Amino acid sequence: MEIKVVRQILEWNEDCSQEIKETLRDKKVCLINVMGSPGAGKTSLILEMVKRLAPDWRAGVLEGDIAGQIDAEKMKRMGIPVVQLNTDGACHIEAMSIRHILPMFALEELDVLFVENIGNLVCPAEFHIGENFRIALLSIPEGDDKVEKYPLMFATTDGLILHKYDMLEYFDFDDKRVARSAEDINPGIRVFRVSSRTGDGMEAFIGWLRQRISEELK
Amino acid sequence: MHEMAITQSILDIALSEAEKHRASRVEKIRICVGEYSGVVPQLIQEYYNIISEGTVAERAELVLRRIPVTVLCRDCGRESRIDKRKVRCPACGSVQLQLLTGREFYVESLEVE
Repeated sequence: MEIKVVRQILEWNEDCSQEIKETLRDKKVCLINVMGSPGAGKTSLILEMVKRLAPDWRAGVLEGDIAGQIDAEKMKRMGIPVVQLNTDGACHIEAMSIRHILPMFALEELDVLFVENIGNLVCPAEFHIGENFRIALLSIPEGDDKVEKYPLMFATTDGLILHKYDMLEYFDFDDKRVARSAEDINPGIRVFRVSSRTGDGMEAFIGWLRQRISEELK
Repeated sequence: MHEMAITQSILDIALSEAEKHRASRVEKIRICVGEYSGVVPQLIQEYYNIISEGTVAERAELVLRRIPVTVLCRDCGRESRIDKRKVRCPACGSVQLQLLTGREFYVESLEVE
């Protein structure tokens, strides 16, 4: 006998992601899911974003790491509201974990919440965590074939940051190829060439970021 | 690595549906997977065989149906199947597309006794 079922396999995550979205909409907080490999520069870029949004918006950070709290301590020292989430070996953050942690933030005092996802180009892309939009980082030393190798990450992100762009002259990294393949799989994607170290390209990226956040907080 | 959590979810769905329909045995679980989904089918069956042990759905066969990526073009109005590496209307080249299928990941039906 056949039974018709039609039930989403990731339903626990999708339902929970939806719930987070509603909570944050009520509190007028924009959640941004920041993803990329270990060492792509997620923490440095988040610090820059928090700093540059500061005159207008107060931002908090949810630090996802498999273990330890090195990044969270760095942020705490700078006076940024931060909560560490350790996944204890898991390769990505799920919506459920975000829901557990949200009450630890004074959401009334925040406008923006960055989630620094686990350093990984694979699994985080599959799980919505209640985000308003996504930012993916690809740093120059990682190589220019990553969009083809990890398509889902780049197909589902809103912004792509080619990070450590000041290193371009030392690597055989074809940034046009990356931009082209990213646009092939994700025509709406915005590509930015940025160095957090020198600040090059930061202005254009922050301009886009501000515009996206304003749209979401409307 | 998260294939384990996915497998658990498949088993939970099968067991709860089997109970609802008072089935004594689940033989097949039909699953739809869009081409955009990143799951690894072989791993899921292996994990499944381990965690389903001792349940009415023990060692049920997981039958996967792949669903291609199809889009509706907002410019020319045509529906087409596309290659996910080239997101573009094959008829007119527009990128103003609405995704119709390709992101599915659900249990479609069960074969039970």
